[in-house]
Amino acid sequence: MDKILVGLKRVVDYNVRVRVKSDGSGVDTDGVKMSINPFDEIALEEALRIKERGDASEVIVMSIGSGEAQQQLRTGLAMGADRAILVQTDAAIEPLGCARIFKAMIDKEGDVGLVLLGKQAIDDDNSQTGQMLAAIWGRPQATFASEVVLDGDKARVTREVDIGLETIEVDLPAVVTTDLRLNEPRYVKLPDIMKAKKKPLDEVPVAELGIDAGPAIEATAYEPPTERGRGVMVDDVAGLITALQDKGLV
Amino acid sequence: MSKILIIAEHNGSELNPSTAKTVACAAEIDGAEVHVAVLAANAAAIASAAAEVDGVNKVLTIERSENEHPLAAVLAPQIVAMADAYSHIFGPSTTFGKDLMPHVAALLGVNQISDIMSVTGSHTFKRPVYAGNAIVTVSAATDATVVATVRTASFSAAGGGNSAPIEAADSNADIPSHTRFVSLQSGKTDRPDLQTAAKVVSGGRGVGSSENFGIIYALADKLGAGVGASRAAVDAGYVPNEMQVGQTGKIIAPDLYIAIGISGAIQHLTGIKDAGTIVAINKDEEAPIFEVADIGLVGDLFQIIPELTDAL
Repeated sequence: MDKILVGLKRVVDYNVRVRVKSDGSGVDTDGVKMSINPFDEIALEEALRIKERGDASEVIVMSIGSGEAQQQLRTGLAMGADRAILVQTDAAIEPLGCARIFKAMIDKEGDVGLVLLGKQAIDDDNSQTGQMLAAIWGRPQATFASEVVLDGDKARVTREVDIGLETIEVDLPAVVTTDLRLNEPRYVKLPDIMKAKKKPLDEVPVAELGIDAGPAIEATAYEPPTERGRGVMVDDVAGLITALQDKGLV
Repeated sequence: MSKILIIAEHNGSELNPSTAKTVACAAEIDGAEVHVAVLAANAAAIASAAAEVDGVNKVLTIERSENEHPLAAVLAPQIVAMADAYSHIFGPSTTFGKDLMPHVAALLGVNQISDIMSVTGSHTFKRPVYAGNAIVTVSAATDATVVATVRTASFSAAGGGNSAPIEAADSNADIPSHTRFVSLQSGKTDRPDLQTAAKVVSGGRGVGSSENFGIIYALADKLGAGVGASRAAVDAGYVPNEMQVGQTGKIIAPDLYIAIGISGAIQHLTGIKDAGTIVAINKDEEAPIFEVADIGLVGDLFQIIPELTDAL
């Protein structure tokens, strides 16, 4: 295949424990470490491995967001992507809008054989964009992938589902969303960071694509979850059994 | 008035309990009329189980040989063909529903709400974000179809004893052939299903190996419990992926959850915060799991677990 398109979302780093703002208008992201969504890093790693095996000629990383997402795209380029596209917008775009933006860029690029996306972003935890893209593109989706085997104009994808591992066969082009155990992403080396600075990063203002984002689902208020308090500590197995009996659990 | 279509989850012969939980969520919408759609190769047994669920007003079946396996690309066009009659279309937030419902939403040209944890109004819901570290209230447009998945751990399954009418729905929807089922590898077990078990025993990295998981299974069997695991234990290959509990695995709400050798990363805690009682057994007294445990015991799990199993 010619091109693989990989989505990279800029999200609050997975080690950060986010806090809800006191006025309930959102979560506090001031000065918080931002990273590539971990599932998207896995998607990029898979794309790079496919290209290194000679099954694709170009890996393009794409993000939708503010200028700050350039950081994550540069990291993607340092990992080994050939070029980057930032669809620039300061507004939050919901998954349907994101899927339509991806579709617009696929049409613009041509010859995209595979779109690799994370199965969910760890900020909104939506798990929607890949499925929506497949629907509007009219192409197959293979979500929650733990193995991708390419075979000519088809792919065999093993999916992590609630009851085990399901394998499906899809015609290409297709959308694959990645689960945790698909691969372990490579570390970026310093010389690659230097090299990445010279790789092309195109910015496309979202307005240029003429996207209809669909009826909005509005976030009206944020609140912290109800906290579970610390309970009692017991000293030994006998104490544990008594505590469980008191609650009628054994 | 709200008219809600729920997409039944099943394995080809039996209705999955996630469906009755999704019905329970839908029933919280005032004056809702609730229909359940069973898309299957052979729908009869599944449809009669769905007809028994309290709160269901009607069961609709679509029998097509293509529906033997739940492929989103195959099911979605059939659901879209039924969508006009409904204000809401709900599915469970299991891998089945997460795969399918966004596809349905996109074909309808609407955004989707993931993981409804509570119902505030017919178009207003609460859902978790940031691994459950924040809860957001969301409002959907009232002039568009509401497509959503329901966080099953937040709802108790609707009861039985109902006898809703069952009707065949006709669907001549065009189905693509670009996506084909190949195989399913499922760890068949006689233990209670992790997602619906009243008691769950989970092991983490501290268990150390696949062989060592034997003591976890032995305790679970003594308690009649399902068995889960942390991401670390699954990544290390001690147990298969379907046992993972947490943000990216299964979200569960058993009455009793026993976490053994699990440190308690926030991504794991988000999967168990609705459990009735959390018991933590860990050699590290600083482990974050103790922050949320109702009962904690610090010590060597290889001593404690066999002793506990014997004593029960």
